[in-house]
Amino acid sequence: MKQATFEKKYSEFWRYLEENILKEGQSLTSASNEIFDKDFSAQKFPEYYRLLCHHLSLARSRHYSPLLVDRLEKLVIQSHQLFYRRKSHMLASVLIYFTSGFAKAVRDEWRWVLLSAVLFFGTLFSMIITLQSYPDMVYTVIHAEQLAQMESMYDPSQEKIGRDRNAGTDFQMFGFYIFNNTGIGLKTFASGLLLGIGTIITLLFNGLNIGGVAGYLTYIGYGSTFWPFVSGHSAPELGAIVLSGAAGFKLGFSIISPGRKSRLLSLRDNAKQAVYMMYGVAALFIMAAFIEAYWSSMADIPSVIKYSVGIVNWLLLIAYFVFAGRRNATR
Amino acid sequence: MQNPLLDSVSTVQTPEGIDLYLRVAGVWPRSIAWLIDLLIRGLMYIVLGFFLTKLGDFGTGLMLIGLFFMEWFYPVFFEVLNNGMTPGKKYLKLQVLNSDGTPIGWSPSLLRNILRTVDFLPFFYGIGFISMLMNDRFQRLGDLAADTIVVYYQDSVTVKSDKDKSISDRPHLKTDYRLNLKEQQSIIRYAERSGELSEARMQELAEILNPLDVKEHAMTKEKLLNIANGLTGQK
Repeated sequence: MKQATFEKKYSEFWRYLEENILKEGQSLTSASNEIFDKDFSAQKFPEYYRLLCHHLSLARSRHYSPLLVDRLEKLVIQSHQLFYRRKSHMLASVLIYFTSGFAKAVRDEWRWVLLSAVLFFGTLFSMIITLQSYPDMVYTVIHAEQLAQMESMYDPSQEKIGRDRNAGTDFQMFGFYIFNNTGIGLKTFASGLLLGIGTIITLLFNGLNIGGVAGYLTYIGYGSTFWPFVSGHSAPELGAIVLSGAAGFKLGFSIISPGRKSRLLSLRDNAKQAVYMMYGVAALFIMAAFIEAYWSSMADIPSVIKYSVGIVNWLLLIAYFVFAGRRNATR
Repeated sequence: MQNPLLDSVSTVQTPEGIDLYLRVAGVWPRSIAWLIDLLIRGLMYIVLGFFLTKLGDFGTGLMLIGLFFMEWFYPVFFEVLNNGMTPGKKYLKLQVLNSDGTPIGWSPSLLRNILRTVDFLPFFYGIGFISMLMNDRFQRLGDLAADTIVVYYQDSVTVKSDKDKSISDRPHLKTDYRLNLKEQQSIIRYAERSGELSEARMQELAEILNPLDVKEHAMTKEKLLNIANGLTGQK
């Protein structure tokens, strides 16, 4: 068939598709289900799309002019994107994620969670313990200025603990915690891509820093304000740090030891699972920020209650990761 | 056969047995797109900052939350909801796709944008730059991990009205010599572009072929169009 005959025969069809896909292109942004108008029904589209692909391969194999092939190529690419668009069921997947998927993903990666926890809590607690005998060690990890600020923040005479005297309201702090802490978590994860080294550094650094503050404040006798303050949000926050570390290690190790896959393939597969964990980690950070800003800062609540809330939070967190989604865990 | 030319076209095979040719975008256009997005974000911070500081501490809190989401998720938001295009990318007609040519979803987009932090190291996309130069699809590390590519957006198909009449009313002309495929295609292409080029240029292009023909049969625009007509079979 000569090109002209071919074009004459099908150009109506192509124009029809072009017009509908152009219309489509604009509404691609909207998540509405009614993608097509009545004539251009969704049921017909697969059939049309295959026909179009057939036309393109004919045009190519018959060496029709570049202009025609070009036109068909563009049309095919746009249809392809429309056809293979992945529909997501946002609400359902979020529900499944938090009832089972997240916990299961964390359980699957228990080795990395363990490594991350050992590194982080190991440095944190050894710092606290060391500082009780050698308090001057604190200056090796924390700047004197920062330390002075910390001292004033947890001074038992403060009416709002855990912040600067001139720091603002709960909501402002909530914003700050989200911006700062979640950012750190995301960086801990991302830097795992550097063969896990970035993650190790961030975990150790944060362990030393947090341990330094905690140990020093305990040593100078501010423990009575510091520990009740941090107990409430410690579970979600420290948990989230450990989990972002675990996700980072997963990323880094996938390159170091890809097994029977190529390094690139191994990275892709593992990255997909690692980022799956990060949704939940971000949620934990936001929970932590909320508790820290609104609950932990209240000074007039007895320490006993604060400690109990802290312990309950830890138990809830651990129970969640141990038990959630044991039955019919789906991804 | 000649060696394949260096090209930035990435071929994707679809389940329909068709090869899609995606034109992958390189470092320069992507940097410009990034700069534009940076400017847009900067402007938004200024505007937001202006209004939110009037709300006092509550505003500062909002600002910080806004800052967090804009810094990390501004590209994610646009890539998923706006067809793979942030405003900067849209301006340069770039689009993020999964490497199989399908539109990008939440997970890959999040991944490639969180890993941007690493690509940015040690300063100003050093690692990302090296990574982009080291593979044939200009993928930075985030793209490699998320299996995504940045391509030139296939422009909305221009619905062309009927072909230039001047081609179709012509008589066919058969050549006495054989034209190979490439030659045939160039001649057809020439005819198809006849509406876009000036008369003088058309003539000039036709004359390039003169050495082919004997003197008394000098190549002209008319003749060439007739040959094209014979090749495509226009009536």
